[in-house]
Amino acid sequence: MKEIISNSLFFGVGISLLGYEIGLLLKKKWKLAIFNPLLISIIFVIGMLSVFDIGYETYEEGAKYLSYLLTPATVCLAIPLYEQMELLKQHKKAIFIGIISGVLTSLVSVLLLCALFQFTHEQYVTLLPKSITTAIGMGVSKELGGIVTITVAVIIITGVLGNMIAETVCKVFRITHPVAKGIAIGTSAHAVGTAKALEMGEIEGAMSSLSIAVSGLLTVIGASIFTNFM
Amino acid sequence: MKYVRQFGIILAVTFIGEVLKLCIPLPIPASIYGLVIMLGLMMTKIVPVKSVKDAGSFLIEIMSLMFIPAGVGLMISWNEISDIWLPLVLIIIITTVVVMVVTGRVTQRVISQDNKKELGNQKRR
Repeated sequence: MKEIISNSLFFGVGISLLGYEIGLLLKKKWKLAIFNPLLISIIFVIGMLSVFDIGYETYEEGAKYLSYLLTPATVCLAIPLYEQMELLKQHKKAIFIGIISGVLTSLVSVLLLCALFQFTHEQYVTLLPKSITTAIGMGVSKELGGIVTITVAVIIITGVLGNMIAETVCKVFRITHPVAKGIAIGTSAHAVGTAKALEMGEIEGAMSSLSIAVSGLLTVIGASIFTNFM
Repeated sequence: MKYVRQFGIILAVTFIGEVLKLCIPLPIPASIYGLVIMLGLMMTKIVPVKSVKDAGSFLIEIMSLMFIPAGVGLMISWNEISDIWLPLVLIIIITTVVVMVVTGRVTQRVISQDNKKELGNQKRR
């Protein structure tokens, strides 16, 4: 059995899709944020790999073809952005003020909490880029002397969490305008959150896509200043 | 063949993004360069949106699935964060919620202020 799985190129993708499908079913049955298809599929795959004692490398051998599509998919975020260009121009002031406030909030809150938990400078700069997309965040962490593997883990957890809680947070804190929802999700939970924003609506998705790029670039500048504060 | 051509255009733009990433020494990923180039091509109508829309929409629709391998990868990095997992989880939860709320509320506030101003202007006219 293990031999077959180790040699199969389709096992990784297959088991991921199966986990996602289970997540969708659970979500349909109980409409709770915890039954987030992405979270369920990650837990399901980790569980299956542990039960059958299969290493991550073996899984990744096939599953890497899923991640392979991520760069072209991100390029395609230009499509919703293009289609909502009028709305973007109309609200450009609100959008940029919103994203800037979000980026500053992220940096300040990481600074305060790291000081509270008495983290080292290395741990602090590892967390600074936690809200931005993985590829930019890795670069920032490396540049500032952080631990890149932990940065990646924190960014992924942030994204999955943002994906899970986006609808609830918008409802509880009465964020009702679709532009505001999209900007909030993209700035706080980058591309993984954006996947949820795209499900919520075209405007939400477009605004969230825009926030990935803008907040990512602003964080590159912001983090290089904030690294001196602790 | 429609999908093949559309996917080909998307991959070509992605490739240009990768080349730019190699040439420019900034921590900006190929995907962001590609996104900006794609947007530019669509706005100048060099690549009309309909010539990439079907394949692009499909990729966007299945985007959530593409994060599964990275999430499963946490099983490897777990060893490195197991010592500080509790404060780490607290920091992640608090900052993610706070950033989402602040960003959303600020954006919404500015939008409604702008709307009021516009209404006022219209009345004056």
